[in-house]
Amino acid sequence: MSADVQLDQVWIRFGDFVAARDVNIHIQEGEFFSFLGPSGCGKTTLLRAVSGFSEPSEGRVLIGGRDMAGIGPNKRPTALIFQNLALFPLMTVWENIAFSLEVKGVGTKERRKKAEELLELIALPGQGEKMVSELSGGQKQRVAIARALAAEPDVLLLDEPLSALDLKLRQHMRTELRAIQQRVGITFIYITHDQGEALTMSDHVAVMSQGIIQQVGDGNTIYDQPETAFVASFVGENNLFKGKVSEISGDYALVDTSAGNIRARTSKGEERLSAGDEAYVFIRPESLKIANASKFDNRIGANIKQQEFEGSFWQVFFDVEGSDRDVKLSTVNDGSTLIHKVGDRVDLGFSADMAIATPAGELAAE
Amino acid sequence: MGRYWQEFFLRNGTALALYLLISVACWMLLMIILPQIFMLDFSFRTNVPPPLWGTEAHGYTLEHYQYMVYGSAQSTDSYNFVDLSVFGRTILTAIFVTLIDVALCYPVAYYLAHVASGGWARLMVMALIVPFWVNELLRAFAFKIMFGSTGIINNFLVAIGILDQPFDFIRNGVALYSGLSYAYILLMIFPIYNAVESLDKNQIEAARDLGCPWWRIHWRVVIPHAKPGITSGCTMVFMLTAGALAAPQILGGPSSLWFTQIIYQAFNQAGNWARGSAYAIILLSTSIIFVLCMMKIFKVKLGEIAR
Repeated sequence: MSADVQLDQVWIRFGDFVAARDVNIHIQEGEFFSFLGPSGCGKTTLLRAVSGFSEPSEGRVLIGGRDMAGIGPNKRPTALIFQNLALFPLMTVWENIAFSLEVKGVGTKERRKKAEELLELIALPGQGEKMVSELSGGQKQRVAIARALAAEPDVLLLDEPLSALDLKLRQHMRTELRAIQQRVGITFIYITHDQGEALTMSDHVAVMSQGIIQQVGDGNTIYDQPETAFVASFVGENNLFKGKVSEISGDYALVDTSAGNIRARTSKGEERLSAGDEAYVFIRPESLKIANASKFDNRIGANIKQQEFEGSFWQVFFDVEGSDRDVKLSTVNDGSTLIHKVGDRVDLGFSADMAIATPAGELAAE
Repeated sequence: MGRYWQEFFLRNGTALALYLLISVACWMLLMIILPQIFMLDFSFRTNVPPPLWGTEAHGYTLEHYQYMVYGSAQSTDSYNFVDLSVFGRTILTAIFVTLIDVALCYPVAYYLAHVASGGWARLMVMALIVPFWVNELLRAFAFKIMFGSTGIINNFLVAIGILDQPFDFIRNGVALYSGLSYAYILLMIFPIYNAVESLDKNQIEAARDLGCPWWRIHWRVVIPHAKPGITSGCTMVFMLTAGALAAPQILGGPSSLWFTQIIYQAFNQAGNWARGSAYAIILLSTSIIFVLCMMKIFKVKLGEIAR
């Protein structure tokens, strides 16, 4: 069984502090949904409201259409995987996995059987008799997943469960988690500050900052069409030019920045730009080109400051007049050596479609 | 081994190293080993007045241990029913008091460790500790006054109509059990508190999330984690209760005798140090064996208790 989750005008306050501000999200049945945001943005608080460890100060949480108000975590059709996993160290692996069945009063024989089935699912067959402490980090991770799945939840909640693993294992577990989700077919709600995890695994991502949902969408949309300055600066790398809108025409804006006039697509968030507004223009490093013969909508004069070789990529940093930030360009290493040297003056070109103009606002911390 | 001592001296300096070694050795020898050896030796010797100590008359015998079991030769009983029953009752009561303390202290310790927050928790700890700044004897007398026939408890119960006339808490042992339970309660609370406090809160939440009702969370998660602390508290409370003197002396009813009182009488009234020593050894070894058995049953290692 799987269920959808609906957050309906949810506010969560701790005294004067607002951890979640008017959150409205509908998570579809059977999808992999991520909350992405920096630490302290309120994403864990939202997860606790879904799991039942806290109640929203205002608004409703609905799981499978049922209002969850007053229903405790032990009665909700959710299972939570904790950041530190919270496996029971004094129980064996199979006892851990079958704990929810023990609670339901299922007999020992059946519990063993179910635990062994789940051990198969997580590729740890026959390891049930071990103690938790004898497992490696990745194995513990998988046991925590099995323990949560044994409760047969409609919704699985994951609170940054990969953050304690090293990079290689983390990347491997991403694939595995996604595969498990597709196999069991239940709704996964995943909390993370790691955009790589959110973008690779999720059907939909909600980007959060300071208790506010900034944007909800699939990975591509979040990356290519950020709606707010925060999303543009938090997800992926972006070059930023601050300026003022001098003209709006259709979906494009002309922004007067210190580096000159830049033509850019306007963002599609609730707040729309109009002439005279303060605006931020974002351009991805991979969208910048060193302009020579080709024709671009925008050109910026810049001096090469530094060139870094990263194997498959070159990263080139520029000084741009009137901007205190370095502008970064990345280009695929296609075998031809870079023809420019540090100190050369070049023109940077990019098309208006690759640049996004958003209303000035909160930026992600660097 | 030689290298260890060399390093020990190098690390602490000669003067400090010597001081540490000598003070620990003195402590072990004077406070722990010698008194016990003397006691053990005494318990196996005939009871003669001090001037004859060391002479031939002061020889080895098992008579005091036999006396504990069979009583005096003149007695018509085949066993020493008086001392044996006092001994048995003392051990049983100590077990009972220990169980009461576990039942009282586990919730308090859990509350302090996982429910109460900052200032409130500190206030509660103070409230627990401050009464113990008062001497043990005075606390026992306070209990005697409280439980007396015109004490606050009887007055209250009579006033609200639960009792028609004052109940004799002292003759019925209620005052004694209460006094003993209270006497060593801190030694139960703090080990349990330390153990419970080190439990990751997420484990409690995880159990709850998996559908666990609260009592089963305690049974399957919190208590197993706190087991070394509970055992440690039980060991101390049991040992000290079985060996308590002040509370039974003051709060015990006229007909109830505590085993330590018999030992006290042997030393101070009967002038029979040998029998007192034998009885003390019996009490000590029974307590130790009992504790070791309990540890075996509950699968706790000595190292875990001492942590």
